[in-house]
Amino acid sequence: MGSTNSTLLKIPNVEVLMQETGFSPAHIIRLHDRFKALDKEGRGHLCPQDFGEIKELAMNPIGDRIIGAFFSPGKETVDFHTFVKILAHFRPVDKDRPKEPNSPEPINSRSNKLKFAFQLYDQDKDGKISRDELLKVLRAMLGMQVTEEQLESIADRTIQEADLDRDDAISFEEFRKSLEKVNIDHKMSIRFLR
Amino acid sequence: MGPFISPFNNLLCMLLGISFTVWFTLLLVFIIVPAVFGLSFGIRSLYMKTLLKVFKWATVRMERGAKEKNHLLYKPYSLNGIIAKEPTSLEEELKEIRRNGSGRELDGSASTTAGPSPSSSEFDMSDTFYFCRRGIESIVDDEVTKRFTAEELESWNLLTRSNYNFQHISSRLTVLWGLGVVIRYGFLLPLRLTLAITGVSLLVVFTTMIGFLPSGRVKNFLSEKVHLMCYRICVRALTAIITYHHSENKPKNGGICVANHTSPIDVIILASDGCYAMVGQIHGGLMGLIQKSMVKACPHVWFERSEVKDRHLVAKRLSDHVKDKSKLPILIFPEGTCINNTSVMMFKKGSFEIGSTVYPVAIKYDPRFGDAFWNSSKFGMVNYLLRMMSSWAIVCSVWYLPPMRRQEGEDAVQFANRVKAAIARQGGLVDLLWDGGLKRGKVKDTFKEEQQKLYSKILVGTQEDRSRS
Repeated sequence: MGSTNSTLLKIPNVEVLMQETGFSPAHIIRLHDRFKALDKEGRGHLCPQDFGEIKELAMNPIGDRIIGAFFSPGKETVDFHTFVKILAHFRPVDKDRPKEPNSPEPINSRSNKLKFAFQLYDQDKDGKISRDELLKVLRAMLGMQVTEEQLESIADRTIQEADLDRDDAISFEEFRKSLEKVNIDHKMSIRFLR
Repeated sequence: MGPFISPFNNLLCMLLGISFTVWFTLLLVFIIVPAVFGLSFGIRSLYMKTLLKVFKWATVRMERGAKEKNHLLYKPYSLNGIIAKEPTSLEEELKEIRRNGSGRELDGSASTTAGPSPSSSEFDMSDTFYFCRRGIESIVDDEVTKRFTAEELESWNLLTRSNYNFQHISSRLTVLWGLGVVIRYGFLLPLRLTLAITGVSLLVVFTTMIGFLPSGRVKNFLSEKVHLMCYRICVRALTAIITYHHSENKPKNGGICVANHTSPIDVIILASDGCYAMVGQIHGGLMGLIQKSMVKACPHVWFERSEVKDRHLVAKRLSDHVKDKSKLPILIFPEGTCINNTSVMMFKKGSFEIGSTVYPVAIKYDPRFGDAFWNSSKFGMVNYLLRMMSSWAIVCSVWYLPPMRRQEGEDAVQFANRVKAAIARQGGLVDLLWDGGLKRGKVKDTFKEEQQKLYSKILVGTQEDRSRS
């Protein structure tokens, strides 16, 4: 046990980080410890292999995509700030937050959570989930357990239902609309303990 | 200058001589002689109780100090970790998503046959949410990595190595800590080193001597006594305070003793209470010397490095040993590697295929006095032993569980899991399915396939129903 202040001071720009993400000081420290534990060689940043070492993630069918979500296009490393910002998507929605019209939308808003999920599908980041991208995700989640035809029929049905402007792809708005009734806050949030 | 130095020198020599003699006499009387006969003065229990009182005081002091300075006390990981994981399974989650309805209800043409049923399991784009959340949860806190780092403590035991955020809280505490360092490194460490060297050398010398005797009851009797005596000295060299439970279940000849593995010290702890045949790879250097001399007194099973890879050879030698009822029970650690003593990982099935009686043993260390876990990726053996010898004490409990045999229709893996569950339950450890080999290796693809199979059963299973109707 010890006081938290000095650990917080070691992290650069921690005030800004806390404000942007809404994490408490205790959470930041825990995440920092976790970051250090994952960064086995102590380089101060993480690379895809460090994530790959997490066994439960390696067993996750869409594990690679989740790892990819941490790395911006072209970047090979993740620093602590980006790490925390991505994880902030999964904070439960703050119900009592006063609505300030000029402040930017919080990272863990319903809309941003949906955007995170959307990018898991939309790997080429063109703003649309093409039939091909959908097939890839289905293949990842079902593996060799289903035939190609079954996959295609599932993909066709999904696009048929969600694609409102008939361009054979699902845009973010169509994605959002098809998931209107889903409790995003519950499904895409993690309970951080004190 | 001459005459001035010489009386001073004489005095110094005399003092040194006296202190050494006193030192060794104390050592002999209080530690070695009881070790030889298996008795105890109760010094160690008294020591333990005193230490606990000191630790409590130190913890209270730290909490008070932190409050005064208005600092947030960094409470270490509780068993739950940083997040509370939802215990729901894939099936439950998907059912819930379907039940709450999705956008599909807007489009009435979706379900053609039976009408919209609340549990229709068609693919929904929100299915990825489950996997996504699980994935992020494991990034923040996963079950396996936790097991391979040392356990965090609720209170501080005056060792900086177990306090990750050591801060200057109060000068009284720092003085206490400093005093602790002096005692541990100045007094306890040399004492323990002396004992360890004594114990090991006695072991080597006596077992070699016994090796010259012809095989028979006398040899076995003497070998047993010598082994026990030397292990007991080593136990005192680590100031290990061990409580044995259910000694009526102690392993007998022709059986296999199976225990959970936290550190190389496990061997010393078990062997100081009973005689076992050890199993292991032949090392070089000091270890190799010890191994070679031990095997002269009684048969242990040592393998060459090349033989270790050949599973059939290993299995054959072990079963040959076990069939001979005059030989001692074998001691095996089926996890294959050191785990941090909060859980029990997957047992390798090799030892459970041999088909003799298995005597499970659970070993649980009390982390308040010194963390016995050997993180082999962080510390080498020598470093580890030094840390052990400079901790306060090693306190542990050993439970001998009733013997188990493989039942009809049970294969080796199921038997291994049954034994593992019994050990985990007794020691209060978490029973994990994960392979201890994960510490170093990659996850096998079969695990991912399991997830995919489960998911596809939910989706495709119902599709088959639909096509049938």
